Amino acid sequence: MATDSRADAPGAPAHPISMGMMRHHLVIFVALLALGLVGPFFLYPIFLMKILCFALFACAFNLLLGYGGLLSFGHAAFFGSASYVSAHAAKEWGLNPEFAILLGTAAAAVLGLVIGALAIRRQGIYFAMVTLAFAQMVFFFSVQAPFTGGEDGIQAVPRGHLFGLLDLGADINLYYVVLAIVFAGLLLIYRIIHSPFGQVLKAIRDNEPRSVSLGYRVNQYKLAVFVLSASLAGLAGATKALVFQLASLTDVYWTMSGEVVLMTLLGGMGTVFGPLVGAAVIVTMQNYFATFGAWVTIIQGVIFVISVLLFREGIVGVLGRWLKKPL
Amino acid sequence: MFELLGIPPQALFGQLLLGLINGSFYALLSLGLAIIFGLLNIINFTHGAQYMMGAFVAWMLLDYLGINYWVALVLAPVVVGITGVIIERLLISRLYHLDHLYGLLLTFGLALIIQGLFRNQYGISGLPYQIPPLLSGGQNLGFMFLPNYRGWVVVASLVVCLATWFVIEKTRLGAYLRAATENPVLVGAFGINVPRLITVTYGFGVGLAAFAGVLAAPIYSVNPNMGADLIIVVFAVVVIGGMGSILGSIVTGFGLGIVEGLTRVFYPEGSAVVIFVIMAIVLLVKPAGLFGRAA
Repeated sequence: MATDSRADAPGAPAHPISMGMMRHHLVIFVALLALGLVGPFFLYPIFLMKILCFALFACAFNLLLGYGGLLSFGHAAFFGSASYVSAHAAKEWGLNPEFAILLGTAAAAVLGLVIGALAIRRQGIYFAMVTLAFAQMVFFFSVQAPFTGGEDGIQAVPRGHLFGLLDLGADINLYYVVLAIVFAGLLLIYRIIHSPFGQVLKAIRDNEPRSVSLGYRVNQYKLAVFVLSASLAGLAGATKALVFQLASLTDVYWTMSGEVVLMTLLGGMGTVFGPLVGAAVIVTMQNYFATFGAWVTIIQGVIFVISVLLFREGIVGVLGRWLKKPL
Repeated sequence: MFELLGIPPQALFGQLLLGLINGSFYALLSLGLAIIFGLLNIINFTHGAQYMMGAFVAWMLLDYLGINYWVALVLAPVVVGITGVIIERLLISRLYHLDHLYGLLLTFGLALIIQGLFRNQYGISGLPYQIPPLLSGGQNLGFMFLPNYRGWVVVASLVVCLATWFVIEKTRLGAYLRAATENPVLVGAFGINVPRLITVTYGFGVGLAAFAGVLAAPIYSVNPNMGADLIIVVFAVVVIGGMGSILGSIVTGFGLGIVEGLTRVFYPEGSAVVIFVIMAIVLLVKPAGLFGRAA
């Protein structure tokens, strides 16, 4: 999504960051890690884990939208199917949690390869519609497939023992494992963004015809980032399945795809830390407003409208402009 | 009576009719989407919600004011179309200078708001809407029983689709519209009020969705989510047909409805996904869609 606002964003580095992290990014990562480490002493670990999973999901989505310029409206397909696969693997096959999560992630990667290969044949709005339609296909499959449990989902998924040793039944143990997974995912995304691959992605996002004329195989780059994003979304979904010991239709329904778009938009698309903030805000809102019923949907809709009309840079985008630093 | 491929003809023709009816809704909705997309370059994600509003407005007219189906068939699209005009003037018109995708996101947000409001007010259980007395009952065609109302839905939607096609392809107003799609600045220079044309077009497209909603009200129960899943199928229909031509969206809409109906006869498990499977195949073979111009 090439926007006029970001292309000449003040404070954008004149040269791509070629090695190492920018120092203020390093500071923020360390601060986030510190917050994550002490978090469970102040807040309910399950709530924090939910934020962490959605933060990874939103960052994976932002890798595709913010850096690849591809608006997928079907990312719930990867999030949800990975959670089904890992829940099934952990419950029915008795796999260790680490293998269950890996298997879920791999399933999302394969699905991402198939859907991505078809979807990148169309651009822009069509791309969004195609991904949405395929996600709905995955949803219908999940409703009917024998192993997904239909409306009930897969319940009572065992968390198991990490590497057969660490009991994940205790929330606090699981919390630090989830923190490690999510943090590793975020660092990977950061690394991808600032790699030569990431620079080519941004070039494609900003001006596809120019990238083609420079000799880049644009479609291969798009497919690669689609698969990466799908896999990381899958990692988030698989982890969430273990946290809540549940894989359900909600995770694969198209409203979930909308939610992750909202998190990214609200936090600031194309920023490193925006989706984290967006995920935290939306999850917190859902948790505290849960009793308002349909009002949650309405509020989300209002946030969508306001974000699109008045607040396209998102929370972190605005913050970055004030601080004159890309965040 | 004889059997076709081991399927009793009543079941076959029954499903064909059902497919044709679904096809009527696909055609009306994808036609509205195509018209709006043509001039505004925006995929109207609110379309499903506006279809639902059409059904609800018809229900409210009857329940609160005692206004019957036939008046509602005209009045509800006008009312919903006016809300569309307001939305276009207040919100969507602010996005034309931006990437198309922001329009998609804005209309998605609007759909959430509208559906949420109706859900708060009326719950999700669905409200009944009686078939108008004139169209109750049905005809025995010998090989199948045709409920009058269902026949009417197919005919009405065909007529409206073809009339729309005629206006856009054969009249002066349609010529302005098509010209403005190609080059709004030049058309504006000829003294045509392009922003007003855009607003009216959006209102008309929304009205088509609401018209479909009124047609649907007596068949399905009127509920806030009735448009939410339908709109995604319609998106698939649009991708399959390609948005190049008005006639394309009508033909694809009806055609895919029929295909879906046939699938329900021969392989019921696949009926929910057959359109998406076709979409995958079309994307492989002809990415621009069956009737679309190459991008």
